Amino acid sequence: MAYSEKVIDHYENPRNVGGFDKNDPSIATGMVGAPACGDVMKLQLKVNAQGIIEDAKFKTYGCGSAIASSSLVTEWVKGKSLEEAGQLKNTQIAEELALPPVKIHCSILAEDAIKAAIEDYKSRHAG
Amino acid sequence: MNHFELFDLPAAFEIDAADLQQRYRKLQQQLHPDRFARGSERDKLLAVQHSAQLNDAYQTLKTPLYRAEYILQLRGIDLQHEQQTIRDPDFLMAQMEWRERIEELKQAADNFAAIDSAYRDLEAQTRELQHELERHIAADENEAAAIAVRKLKFMHKLRSEIERVEDSAD
Repeated sequence: MAYSEKVIDHYENPRNVGGFDKNDPSIATGMVGAPACGDVMKLQLKVNAQGIIEDAKFKTYGCGSAIASSSLVTEWVKGKSLEEAGQLKNTQIAEELALPPVKIHCSILAEDAIKAAIEDYKSRHAG
Repeated sequence: MNHFELFDLPAAFEIDAADLQQRYRKLQQQLHPDRFARGSERDKLLAVQHSAQLNDAYQTLKTPLYRAEYILQLRGIDLQHEQQTIRDPDFLMAQMEWRERIEELKQAADNFAAIDSAYRDLEAQTRELQHELERHIAADENEAAAIAVRKLKFMHKLRSEIERVEDSAD
């Protein structure tokens, strides 16, 4: 199967690979996995006091599309508020990367990783 | 007729692999298309269809993961086509650690002792999950069984990743 140019670009030069200290209160961590392919993704957001995402890092074990999807969302969410980031849809990721139907689950994984990170942040900053 | 009925077996997760293989061979002989070479076109076509169904049934029941998926499918739960993600942090953290371990194996792919020990550890964890799955299926705890099946899919993926490292070492 042929990957789109954007997928290959993100796959060969992934942006923001790595991680932050998950115990730091400004860090939100989202971990998700896709049983369909066995891919696992960890997405971390560095959130400032105003609730704006200052930085994002990811670590993904999976196919090229999964790596490209997570690389892309780390770029997209920077500078966004948690609320804005939570509105990101997998269809936007799939469209941007021109993912074929069999790889849509990779974009779902990236969307769910953001949601999981936001929930992690909210649960740790509740009340 | 479902796959279990075809082999005259109860729809249970626990299965005797040697017994299943014996039943498969016996049916294979009975249904082999060559036996119908002098039959009508319709008989031949049916024999080919039955033979294909038999192969499909055997491949499905032989592998614990596919067997479990099939049992849940018979109970109305389709796990083969779902795109749901899982969020169990402990399980996913363990998966990350497994992936890191496999990355290290790649760096020293001629380290057969390390590959062997990875296989053994994975085998032990897979067996544990299968025991859990067996209990849930026997107790009709379908949702818990589905969770165990999803986890088992990750273990399958890890196994094929280790196999890839092993192949590259040859």
